[in-house]
Amino acid sequence: MPTLIDFRRRIRSVKNTQQITRAMKFIAAARLRKAQEGVIAARPYAREILRVLRSAVARMEDPATHPLLERRPEQRILVVLLTGDRGLAGPFNANVIRYGLTFLREHSSLDIKVMAIGRKGRDVLRKRNYKFAGEYLNVSLSVEFKHAKEIGARIIELYSTQEVDAVYVIYNEFKSVLVQRLVAEKLLPIDPAVLGQPDPDHPEAAKPQADQAEAQKNPPALVDYIYEQPPQELFKALVLRYVDTEIFRILLESSAAEHGARMAAMDSATNNAADLIDELTLEMNKIRQAGITRELIEIVSGAASAIG
Amino acid sequence: MPPQIQLEVVTPARRVLSAQVDSVELPGKDGYLGILPGHAPLITELGIGMLSYVQSGQTHYMTVIEGFAEVLSERVIVLAEVSERAEEIDPARAKESAKRAQERLSKSGSTELDWQRAEVSLQRALTRQAVAGKASGYQS
Repeated sequence: MPTLIDFRRRIRSVKNTQQITRAMKFIAAARLRKAQEGVIAARPYAREILRVLRSAVARMEDPATHPLLERRPEQRILVVLLTGDRGLAGPFNANVIRYGLTFLREHSSLDIKVMAIGRKGRDVLRKRNYKFAGEYLNVSLSVEFKHAKEIGARIIELYSTQEVDAVYVIYNEFKSVLVQRLVAEKLLPIDPAVLGQPDPDHPEAAKPQADQAEAQKNPPALVDYIYEQPPQELFKALVLRYVDTEIFRILLESSAAEHGARMAAMDSATNNAADLIDELTLEMNKIRQAGITRELIEIVSGAASAIG
Repeated sequence: MPPQIQLEVVTPARRVLSAQVDSVELPGKDGYLGILPGHAPLITELGIGMLSYVQSGQTHYMTVIEGFAEVLSERVIVLAEVSERAEEIDPARAKESAKRAQERLSKSGSTELDWQRAEVSLQRALTRQAVAGKASGYQS
């Protein structure tokens, strides 16, 4: 039979835990807000880069010959798994890792290299002896463009030296605080539809669907630019920057998703702690009541026997 | 000819500037470019340097670190990796990082890559210093 002291102790310990989870929730909320602002702030840049790139591609003689647009049969692929560095984010890491492992199994007939961004994914892939092409830790806490640049440079190096024929990124896309969507996105070769070019695999479906409405609003003005640098060189620099920008967006999305997941997890942990405290308090009061009742009975029966 | 240019400076982190200006000078990769309203369409890569623009008779300065610029007859879009307005720069910090970069450059035995990095950071720091100096000092 637990005594009152035991209950008091347990309640105190649950309260302490609750304070920690509440603090973590607020921290996650603050970081989430920052990450969300980052996602929104990165959009104008990404949009403009893409627009300039598109208009440069439209004026190229044969864009498909560029090494980063060239399509090769996919025999060797690079899979980039984007996870968090820390736990306590609900199912965030477990989900993306499971999704990633399924993806890797489905493509196990190919020659696979992996790249891990985030400690959680790194650890899992290490344990399973995948061939590593790079790992980047502690990126998700505060995403900066220079991280994206560094990762982008490595990916482009692998792709342009023909060590891999395609690059896939597996990550959590930020839908809302409670909803993340798992995606496996093909980063390279760049989808011709994105650049407003006909897709060699589906020539009839040449138009990019998502941007169609927007494209109709501002039709890409075909301007004959003066190129300060040779067009090929400029185009190459633009493509590299576009890849960096894409990676930057993905990092931001995943970071926002992680903070969102952590906030939700810590919120429910705080609520659970509150429920537990209520239950324990109720239990404790019952025991205290039982003690008082017992003492009363003893007094009353003692008094009765004294009178009698 | 359009009377003014809409100047937009955007980085991955934020929109730094959006203003109607009379003229712009861009730090192109192969040298500075002066842009007036009605310029022919142009695309250029940018180096590390100082961007200046004239707005109602006053010249304003900002740093631009690597990127691209698209020039149209009434619009200039600068896609920089990093960009700061003069008043945002801490001169003391810029001076400090210039010193550090200089030390790294003078250190012997560093690899080619280290040297390149140090050179770039020195260039950045010097540009920052120059731009910060323009903010607090004279108007040209």
